[in-house]
Amino acid sequence: MATDARPNTLFRNLNAKLAALPMILCTMLIFVGCSLWTIIYSFTSSKALPVEKFVGFAQYERLFNTSRWVQSVENIMIYGIVALIFSFVVGFILAAFLDQKIRFENTFRTIFLYPFALSFIVTGVVWQWILDPSLGLQETMRNLGWENFTFDLISGKDTVIYALLMAGLWQGTGFVMVLMLAGLRGIDDDIWKAVRIEGIPKWKTYIVVVIPMMRGVLITTLVIVSAGIVKLYDLVVALTNGGPGLSSEVPAKYVYDFMFSRANIGQGLAASTVMLATVFIILIPWIYLEYGNKGKK
Amino acid sequence: MMNEPYGPRPGKILNPTRIMVYGVLIVAAIYYLLPLYIMITTSMKGLPEIRMGNIFALPVEVTFAPWAKAWDSACTGLYCEGLKTGFWNSVLITIPSVIVSIAIASVNGYALSNWKFKGSEVFFTILIFGSFIPFQVMLYPLVIVTRELGIFGSLWGIIFIHTIFGMPILTLLFRNYFASLPEELFKAARVDGAGFWGIFFKIMVPMSVPIFVVAVILQITGIWNDFLFGVVFAGTENFPMTVQLNNIVNSKQGVTEYNVNMAATILTGAVPLIVYFLSGKYFVRGIAAGAVKG
Amino acid sequence: MKSLKHCIAAALLAGTSSMAQAADLEVTHWWTSGGEAAAVKVLADNFNKTGHNWKDSAIAGGGNARPVIISRISGGDPMGATQLNSGRDAEELVQAGFMTDLTELSEKEGWKDIVRPSKLLDSCTYEGKIFCVPVNIHSFQWMWLNRSVFTDNGMEVPKSWDEMTAMQDKLKEKNIIPLALGGEPWQISGLAGVLTVALGGVELHTKINVEKSVEAAESEIMTRVFEALGNARSMVDPGNVGRAWNTATNMVITGKAASQIMGDWAQGEFAVAGQVAGKDYDCLPGLGINPVLDTGGDSFFFPKPKGDNAEETVKAQLAMASMLMSKQVQVDFNLKKGSLPIRGDIDMSAANDCMQKGIKILEKPENILPSSEQVWSPDTQGQFEDLWVEFFSSPEMKVADAQARFVNIIKTAD
Repeated sequence: MATDARPNTLFRNLNAKLAALPMILCTMLIFVGCSLWTIIYSFTSSKALPVEKFVGFAQYERLFNTSRWVQSVENIMIYGIVALIFSFVVGFILAAFLDQKIRFENTFRTIFLYPFALSFIVTGVVWQWILDPSLGLQETMRNLGWENFTFDLISGKDTVIYALLMAGLWQGTGFVMVLMLAGLRGIDDDIWKAVRIEGIPKWKTYIVVVIPMMRGVLITTLVIVSAGIVKLYDLVVALTNGGPGLSSEVPAKYVYDFMFSRANIGQGLAASTVMLATVFIILIPWIYLEYGNKGKK
Repeated sequence: MMNEPYGPRPGKILNPTRIMVYGVLIVAAIYYLLPLYIMITTSMKGLPEIRMGNIFALPVEVTFAPWAKAWDSACTGLYCEGLKTGFWNSVLITIPSVIVSIAIASVNGYALSNWKFKGSEVFFTILIFGSFIPFQVMLYPLVIVTRELGIFGSLWGIIFIHTIFGMPILTLLFRNYFASLPEELFKAARVDGAGFWGIFFKIMVPMSVPIFVVAVILQITGIWNDFLFGVVFAGTENFPMTVQLNNIVNSKQGVTEYNVNMAATILTGAVPLIVYFLSGKYFVRGIAAGAVKG
Repeated sequence: MKSLKHCIAAALLAGTSSMAQAADLEVTHWWTSGGEAAAVKVLADNFNKTGHNWKDSAIAGGGNARPVIISRISGGDPMGATQLNSGRDAEELVQAGFMTDLTELSEKEGWKDIVRPSKLLDSCTYEGKIFCVPVNIHSFQWMWLNRSVFTDNGMEVPKSWDEMTAMQDKLKEKNIIPLALGGEPWQISGLAGVLTVALGGVELHTKINVEKSVEAAESEIMTRVFEALGNARSMVDPGNVGRAWNTATNMVITGKAASQIMGDWAQGEFAVAGQVAGKDYDCLPGLGINPVLDTGGDSFFFPKPKGDNAEETVKAQLAMASMLMSKQVQVDFNLKKGSLPIRGDIDMSAANDCMQKGIKILEKPENILPSSEQVWSPDTQGQFEDLWVEFFSSPEMKVADAQARFVNIIKTAD
C-alpha cells in the first residue's frame, strides 16, 4: 500500500502512530484476536464453557447438516437483498424529496428517524399486533367493511420474511435517509444551476450526475446497512422468534442460541466463523476498490 | 443562511410535482408514525380496554397512570421502583463512553486520513471487518480481556467496551470527514511548522464540529439502548436503564401490562429522541461534510 | 426428633452467621413479574432475617440472564447466589469448580431425607457432592380448560385429550379455537413432550428419556405420538407466530380458545384473572390419560466467592441455602409462586384444587418423571426443539422422516 507523496520512515510519523496506537491495539487484540478465538474454538467440542478439546471439522459437518442453519442462511440472503435494495431506494427517494426545499423538513426528518431511537423489545410487540391477522390491520379493515381484505404476512412460511422486512425497514431506513440527505446536501449548488441551463430533466440529473458524486456516502451507508443485516437478531426475537416453524430463523440467532441457551459454544462459533468468512469474501472486492486502484491522493 | 437546505431550487407555487412530493412524504410519514400512534394511545388506555378494544382506537378514558407506574413503581424484580433507578446509571455510562469513544475515534480518523503510515489502511480494513462480527461472539474473549485489565464489572469496563464497539463506524465517519477537508489548509499548517497535535486541535477540531455532533448522536443512541454489554460489563451497581426496561417488558408470568410497557419504551427512548430533536440540523450538515467523499 | 435437630442446626447456623459480620449477597434471578416478585420477596425477607443482606439483581428472561450469569461466573466476577433451572444448566460450571460445595450443610440438615422426590437432589449432585438447592417443582403435563366454553355450548367438559380432540369440529363450528398455542419454540416442543408421556405412558417416557433407547424412539407408539402432534395442527389457529404463552392462556380465559397444554405456571394467569380452579377452569394433569408430572423447576447455585470477604460470603451462602430448604419458606414461597414444594412434610392446605391434584400425584414415586432439563443437555434439548417445531409447522413433512431424525438425535445425544 503506497502512501506515495509522504515520506514514510519510522520516526517521521511517530506522533500519528502513537495516536493511532489505541486503534492498532484494538484491531489487533480485539478484532483479530476475537476472530482467531472464534475460529480456533469452532474446531473444539466446547459446550457451556470454552475448552481445548479439538474435534476437527465435526462442528462444521453438523452445521451444514442442520436444516435450521440452511434455512437461516436462505432467510438472511432474501432479507439482505431486499433490505439493501429497499433501504437504498426508499432512503434515497425520501432524501431527494426532503431536499426539494419543502416545508416542515425538520419534522419529516425526525419522523423518519425516530424509530432508530426506540428499543425493539417493545416496538416488536407493536408490529406483532399490526401484523397479527386477527388483531391488526387485516381485522380492522375487515371491520370497516372490506370483508376480503387480506394482510397476513406473518403467519405464512413464505411471507413471514416480508413481515420482518416491514418492521426492519421501518426502523432502519430513517438513518439511511439522513445519510443520503447529507450526501445530497454536499452537492454543490453550481451543479444544479449548470444542469438546469442544459435543460436536463431532474430525475436524469439524479441518476447520471448526483448518484455518482455520492460514492462516499453510498459506501458509508453500505457498510452500516450490511453490518446491520449480518447481525440481524433483535428484530427476529421480538417479532417472530424464528417462526412459523423455522421460517424466519437467521444466522446471528443461530449463533446466539447455540452459544448461550443451548450451551454449545463450538457449534455457535462454527456458525459464526462461516458468517465471518462470508463477510470477508464480500469485503475483498470492496477493499480492492478502495485501495487497489488509487486515483486520488 | 448556513443551515438552510441548498438543494435544487423548487418552484414556489404548488404544481403537480410538489403535490406528488408532499403526497409521498405524508404517506411515508403515516407509515412511520403508525407504530408510535399505537404506542402512545395504548400507553394511555387501561388494561381492560386494551384487551377488548381495537389497537387503532383512541383511548376512551385517557389515563396517565401507566406512565407514572413505568417511571416510578413498576416491578423490576424484588424492588418496584420503575425505570428511574437506572436512569442516572445510564447517564453515568453514556457520558464518559461517548466522550472517550469519540475522542479516540476522531484521532484515528485524523491519523488515517492525514498522516497515513505503512499499514494504516490494513488496520482500517480490519476495523471495518470488525463491525461485522456479531457482538455475542465476542462476549467471552472480552470478558477475559477486561478481567485481565482489571476493569471487568466496573464503569471503566463498560466505557472500554463501548469505545471498542463504537470504533469501526466512528472511525469511518471521521476518516471520510477529514479527508473531505481542503488539503491546502493542512499543507499550509505543516509549512508553518505545526505538528500532529497542533494541527488536530487548532485546525481540524474547530472545522469539524458538525461531525462531532453526528458522532455524539450515533453513540448516544447506541450506548443508551445497549442492554447486553451494560448488564455483563458494567457491574451490578451500574446497571443501565435498559435492564429495568427489559425487566418490566420481558416478565413472562402474570398479566402483560402493555400500557406500562409502551410508556416505559417511550420513556427510555426519550433521551436519544430529545437529542435528535435538538441537533437535527447539525446532524445533517455534519454527515454531509463527512461522508461525501469516500 | 429429627425436625428438632434441624431446627437447632438452622438456629445455630443463623446464630453464628449473625454474630459474624453480615454479608451482602448478590442474588441473580429472572423472576420479575408480579407473582414472581412476591415469591422472591419471601426469600429475601427470610434471608435478611438471618442477619445478612439480600442484594437483588433481577434480569428478566432466562435467555437474557443466562449469558450474564455464565459470563460473570467464568469471568471472575461471581454473584453470591443465582437461580438456574433444575437440571443440567450449570453442569459444566460445577465441573469446572466454580460452585460452593453444600455437602456438609446438606448432611447436617438431612436434605436426602426431606427432599421429595429425592431425585431432585440428583441433579444437584456431582461426584457425590451437592452443589445446589432445588426450591420448587414446575411440571409441564397439564391441560387447562375453560369450562364455560363447553357448558355454554351444550357440551361436556372433556376429561381427557381424546375427548378433547373428538370435540374440535364442534368447537370450530362455534368459532372457538380448540387448542391455544403460542409461537415460542419451547411451547411446541413442550406440547410434543406432554403428548409423548400422555399417549405413550410412563414406560415410553422412561425408555426414551432415561434409558435413551433407540428402539423406543423407533417404536410404533412413538409414531403415534408424531401422528397425534401432526393432527393437533388443525386444532390451533394460524396467527400464533411469536405469541407468548401467557397470551395463549388469556385466549383460554376469555373463551376465544377452549384449552391449552401448558405447565402449571399457567395457573398464575387464571388466578390474576380472578378465576377459580374447578369452577371457571379445569386442569387435567397428564392430559387426563396418564396422571404423571415431571419435576422441572428452579434451583439456586452459589458460585465460589472471590476477594477479601470470601469467608463471610460463604457463610451467607450457607445461611441462604439452609433458609431455602426450611419448611415455612417452602410453604410461603411456593404458594406465591404457584409451584409445588420440594418437600412433602409441610402443610400445603392453602393450595388450590389444581395444586392439590399435583401434590397428590407427587406422593406416588411412580408418577414422577425426570424433566427433559434433567435428562438431556441443553444442546440435545435444542435439537429436539428444532425438530418438533419444524415438524409441527410443516404439514408436508412425513412422519417417517421426522421420526428418523428423532431417532438420530437420540443416537447422538449427550
